[in-house]
Amino acid sequence: MSFLAARVLEPPNPWFSWSYVRDNSDTILARLREHVTLTVLTIVIALVIAVPLAILARQVRWLSGPILGVSGVLYTVPSFALFALMAPFTGYTKSRTVLIGLVLYALLVLVRNTLVGLEGVPADVREAAQGMGYGAARMFWQVELPVALPAIMAGVRIATVSTIALVTVGVIIGHGGLGQLLVEGFNNNFFHAEIAAGAILCVALALAADGVLYALTRILSPWARERQ
Amino acid sequence: MSIFSETLAYLNDPANYTGTDGIPYRTVEHLAISGAAVGIGCAVALPIGLWLGHTGRGGGVTVLVSNVSRAIPTLALLTIFATISAIGFGNRATIIALAIFAIPPLLTNTYVGMRDVDPEVREAARGMGFSGWGLLTRVEVPLALPLIAAGFRTAAVQVVATATLAALVGGGGLGTIINDGFGQQNRGEIFAGGILVALLALLTELSLALVQRLVTPRSGREQRSARPVEAADVPESAAVA
Repeated sequence: MSFLAARVLEPPNPWFSWSYVRDNSDTILARLREHVTLTVLTIVIALVIAVPLAILARQVRWLSGPILGVSGVLYTVPSFALFALMAPFTGYTKSRTVLIGLVLYALLVLVRNTLVGLEGVPADVREAAQGMGYGAARMFWQVELPVALPAIMAGVRIATVSTIALVTVGVIIGHGGLGQLLVEGFNNNFFHAEIAAGAILCVALALAADGVLYALTRILSPWARERQ
Repeated sequence: MSIFSETLAYLNDPANYTGTDGIPYRTVEHLAISGAAVGIGCAVALPIGLWLGHTGRGGGVTVLVSNVSRAIPTLALLTIFATISAIGFGNRATIIALAIFAIPPLLTNTYVGMRDVDPEVREAARGMGFSGWGLLTRVEVPLALPLIAAGFRTAAVQVVATATLAALVGGGGLGTIINDGFGQQNRGEIFAGGILVALLALLTELSLALVQRLVTPRSGREQRSARPVEAADVPESAAVA
């Protein structure tokens, strides 16, 4: 009898539920905000580190091997393991553990692409600038960086989309952004609406970020449009 | 106690090497899940990649598949599959989710490897009387093998890395050690789990790099090491893990 009642009373568990979204908009927005904040911080910090590293690797040739090698090995370590290995030193429940881990992963892509971009500056362009009296700093800011920009931005796009996917793993530290919705939904009797909200927002965020960065690349490097 | 002595204490405790929660069982389970996922991925991606590459069609599709797959978090797919009761809980859901993520690198590399075959070589083979099947199996596949091996390596390393996440949604594998460690606030267990998972990923990467080297002819190897760094070289292994 109770078995029958349970069958009849078993609540529906739809994948799409507006009432869930409406009733939990505060939570969803908070998770989304954490996701975006972690992603933006990751990319900004990684860029600030990657561009000087790439310049260093280009100036001091023997350094490029170790720089790319170390970041390559780091890239092979799964994020779940990296968070576990960093947590004792950066905090078991601190969002900085997630942030530092994500920056390390973004670095490899950004250093490589910046290096490729800088190496792609044609020698005659550099010579022409030298002939016009450009010093090292002016050469970098006004000639090399603009020419390398499309390659760097391609790296930023890959790193951003990958980071948005990776933030979810931060759930082990308690700071997984939209990933919290996924695992909370799973632990909450497989609450489909919560899981779907987390998954759909994650993919939408990645696609939106990629679109914005694509537009930004076109605005920043109008001369490269035809080649793109 | 320092984190290192706690980790050593965990790793030295014989109790952690027995039963279905033990390190050996979890390692074998991790490899079995990964192997099954890569196997399914190959069974789906290789025939499609070979066919598309052989006919020269579908270049846009392979690019689209690899770009879109990057935007889908593995954890999202793992969670969704783990809650669909028709698939069943635990490792079966994990295997299917991971197999889906093994497909893009396999498909892209197989397709690109096939398209990279010198048209003149293909022409010459045709002139020598090779057609359809013979051209595919005796000319194109042997020439595309180094890139197919590179795709296999990327896919396998990525799957081994990602299989760790199954622990978050009721699956098995070595990730359970990290997850249990966090659940029980056992610092030694967390760190030991991290070391074991990282070691397994690095060992997979190293051994498959060796396999890739073995199937790449010497001339191709020199060509590879001689060229400058390329953006496309960035491994995608952990990118979605």
